Amino acid sequence: VWDKSENGEWHCTASWKTHSGSVWRVTWAHPEFGQVLASCSFDRTAAVWEEIVGESNDKLRGQSHWVKRTTLVDSRTSVTDVKFAPKHMGLMLATCSADGVVRIYEAPDVMNLSQWSLQHEISCKLSCSCISWNPSSSRAHSPMIAVGSDDNSPNILAKVQIYEYNENTRKYAKAEALMTVTDPVHDIAFAPNLGRSFHILAVATKDVRIFTLKPLRKELSSSGGLTKFEIHIVAQFDNHNSQVWRVSWNITGTVLASSGDDGCVRLWKANYMDNWKCTGILKGNGSPVNGSSQQGIFNASLGSANTSLQNSLNGSSASR
Amino acid sequence: AAVPSQVVPGADPSARHLCFAWGPAEVLVCETLFGRRGGFPSRREGGQGRAFPPGTLTACVAGTGEGGPSSSRLFVVRKDQDIYIQTLRKLFNESHGIFIGLQRSEEELAGKSRKAQLVQVSKNYRSVIRACMEDMHQAAILTRDPALHSQYSTQVSILSAMELIWNLCEILFVEAAAAGPLLLRLLDWVRLHVCDVDNMVHEVLSSENPSKHELFWNVVDVFVLQGRMDEARHLLSKEASANPTLVNMYKILDDLMKKMPVPSLGNTQTLTEMELKWQHWHEECQQYLQDGTFASNSHMESICKILLGDEDAILEKKDLMTTWYHFLVTRLLYSHPTVKPMELRMDLFLGGESSPEPLDTILMAAFEFELHQVIKECSIALSNWWFVAHLTDLLDHCKLLQSHNLYFGSNMREFLLLEYASGLFSHHSLWQLGVDYFDHCPEYGRVYLELHIERIPLNTEQKALKVLRICEQRQMHEQVRSICKIMAMKALRNNRLGSALSWSIRAKDAAFATLISDRFLKDYCESGCFSDLDLIDNLGPSMLLSDRLTFLGKYREFHRLYGEKRFSEAAKLLLMLMTAHIAPCSFWMTLLTDALPLLEQKEVIFSAEQTYELMRCLEDLTAGKSDKQKFQDDDIETMKVEMLRLALARNLARVIVKEGTLEGS
Repeated sequence: VWDKSENGEWHCTASWKTHSGSVWRVTWAHPEFGQVLASCSFDRTAAVWEEIVGESNDKLRGQSHWVKRTTLVDSRTSVTDVKFAPKHMGLMLATCSADGVVRIYEAPDVMNLSQWSLQHEISCKLSCSCISWNPSSSRAHSPMIAVGSDDNSPNILAKVQIYEYNENTRKYAKAEALMTVTDPVHDIAFAPNLGRSFHILAVATKDVRIFTLKPLRKELSSSGGLTKFEIHIVAQFDNHNSQVWRVSWNITGTVLASSGDDGCVRLWKANYMDNWKCTGILKGNGSPVNGSSQQGIFNASLGSANTSLQNSLNGSSASR
Repeated sequence: AAVPSQVVPGADPSARHLCFAWGPAEVLVCETLFGRRGGFPSRREGGQGRAFPPGTLTACVAGTGEGGPSSSRLFVVRKDQDIYIQTLRKLFNESHGIFIGLQRSEEELAGKSRKAQLVQVSKNYRSVIRACMEDMHQAAILTRDPALHSQYSTQVSILSAMELIWNLCEILFVEAAAAGPLLLRLLDWVRLHVCDVDNMVHEVLSSENPSKHELFWNVVDVFVLQGRMDEARHLLSKEASANPTLVNMYKILDDLMKKMPVPSLGNTQTLTEMELKWQHWHEECQQYLQDGTFASNSHMESICKILLGDEDAILEKKDLMTTWYHFLVTRLLYSHPTVKPMELRMDLFLGGESSPEPLDTILMAAFEFELHQVIKECSIALSNWWFVAHLTDLLDHCKLLQSHNLYFGSNMREFLLLEYASGLFSHHSLWQLGVDYFDHCPEYGRVYLELHIERIPLNTEQKALKVLRICEQRQMHEQVRSICKIMAMKALRNNRLGSALSWSIRAKDAAFATLISDRFLKDYCESGCFSDLDLIDNLGPSMLLSDRLTFLGKYREFHRLYGEKRFSEAAKLLLMLMTAHIAPCSFWMTLLTDALPLLEQKEVIFSAEQTYELMRCLEDLTAGKSDKQKFQDDDIETMKVEMLRLALARNLARVIVKEGTLEGS
């Protein structure tokens, strides 16, 4: 765990070995619940951690203590993702496993992180690799979770499924499957909802894809059934030219970052006409670091033109 | 357009992936290995250490993990570094003031007065740019660091370019004067911004004998090209007096120059009148030229040709004009008094050697009245949104932008303002300016503000309070609740109960307030005293937030009354806490124990009725316990109960006697 100190520098304040297999993902709960982390691992477990404010000496030494509050052991296979639900749903998290089961847990007492109960088990039929909660807190949308699968066997099954909570049955049920995504999916992310009527979902697969999901009006006669969605793909980028492993949205859901096998992080943004474009690339170069330097202030593209402009400052400007 | 890329120094592409996490102000990047099944991921594209031009992203090492040769490194990548430049603060702060003023300005003003108002706003923006330029220039002079010097100088030239563009936009779009005055403005603009020749002019004018100076005619030409007739004529007169043979030629030329119809600001002529005059004058010049009047002096002849708007003659003076837009304006001046749209003919000027630079593209778009193109090109060329956001907003107030419907803002103005303001939120103090900008984005401003304001790091209480005030002013109740909850949690974790309590009260979080009150009471039971007395004593009406909190407040009041020796009031309160069920049952034993000293006082405090009540409470308490619990009660518990019974009985006895003997009680 890294902390940013007063002077803006990042320090590693805690580092501990706990799982008996690779840790695949780590995620923060909303700070309203305190300093809480969840981790998931190849060792078939997920765990919830809380930071304990220790002795003042520790603070001085720049160390913090993390205590395991609970271990979730229901999965029989590697747990591939763990994500906390949006805070308006309370203290809730979802895990997904290689055997295709998504589990949703809740801690009914937010002050007691040791007590979690398994609320839902969703069987996705395909091995799961990633999940994303829809962050929208609008009452117009039921809780929704997207699940991605990295199933590698040759089939044309949809590798992205959308599950929605049904108020009547009090269960999650499959609302939609993105039929056009048939390659293994490594990551998936709903964008923050800016009060839009539709949802935006980013998928990391053999390329970067961005979908919009527009809820269609529910039939009045249906028994409070699931929403049907109109799905459009608004962007598809293969610039990584290889598998894309991670996608993540910025705070306002206006920039998407992706990273892939090409070792780059790419940034994607829509202009005001709704056309998505790449607006930046981050790349390693393998050269040794000689201390931190901050460069590149104004872009120099305008500056090259006019030295005459500079002269105007020397007091020699002609005036009428 | 090239995509800006940034090298993350030290991150090794051959062995590792880059993973990232969004922060509120930056992206954190570190090395990792994706891929679940072990082994190395597939071959990557070759990045053989090619250097990429620095774009608007900057990366630096932020921290290193402790220990081990394979310690991981964390990199911070930031966009919009401009907001961190100290010398630009003035730009951001003052333009913010102008922006707000513009939003609040009266829309009822119509026509000329509204236009004048908008022009003034535009001028204000420009003067802020110029002020910043001065500061930057000073900084460049004063610094000894060559790197900083070059940085400052670059920024100065960029600010100059910005002012140049803004000035042109002001003339063409905001003021949008009629043909004549427009031309005058453009001439002013050229004179102000094309300054390469200023040194030369100064040199010649200040020499002892200007007409003998080798650059004399160059300067005259400059004046003519810039439409500075009076100055040209003045210089020429010097030449004439020094060279009597030219007197005749000079007189004619001088006359022509004097008579040139120039649109003046107070001109009341109609366009037709103006055209006629100009036609007449043009013909006169033509006549003199054809008659060979100036044949013997090539300089004067060329001036006459310029007056006639001869493109080749004007082009010959390319070096004196230095820029294509000077060329354009000069041609406008001498070809037609009514400024009709004219071909830019940059190719004539540049001669096909070089392609247009970004600045040229922007100015070209402006001269072609392609507003959207101007904004688009500026967005590409500049590294932050300040310029386009403010300019577009102004142009929108001039009602010049059509609105396209899109979901990132209802129109381009809002889109750009949202971008600019979002950038401000990365800064530890400039974010406050951003709030106002969001306020003036009707469609998405509020939701952007909600999202950004929750992510502001609340390192100090003052900052948290500042943020809260902003949320409260805007009825952002959920954000208020959330921030208070976060602060309360933080305080609770650090065992600062008083702080946690006041945050819960502010959040109106009853559940949390109950929890903290319980902690207070627990601490009291363990330590025998209260912490944060000030807070509890001054709860006031917020005490009613939760029952437990009310109890805490009242219980503390009991202690205060006891301390002030107001025993009967204290007694009454104590009893009330139990009979009104304000106190939780778990606390009753403590309360009854607190009653003991009151029972043992020399003076009788509890009345008979009160004593009966107390006894009843004690019985309720003991009766409520199951047999098992009674069995588990240790000796101390039993002894306490016995003592209480005894004390109550004794008190009862005394009070019966007292009440019996006195009249009334």
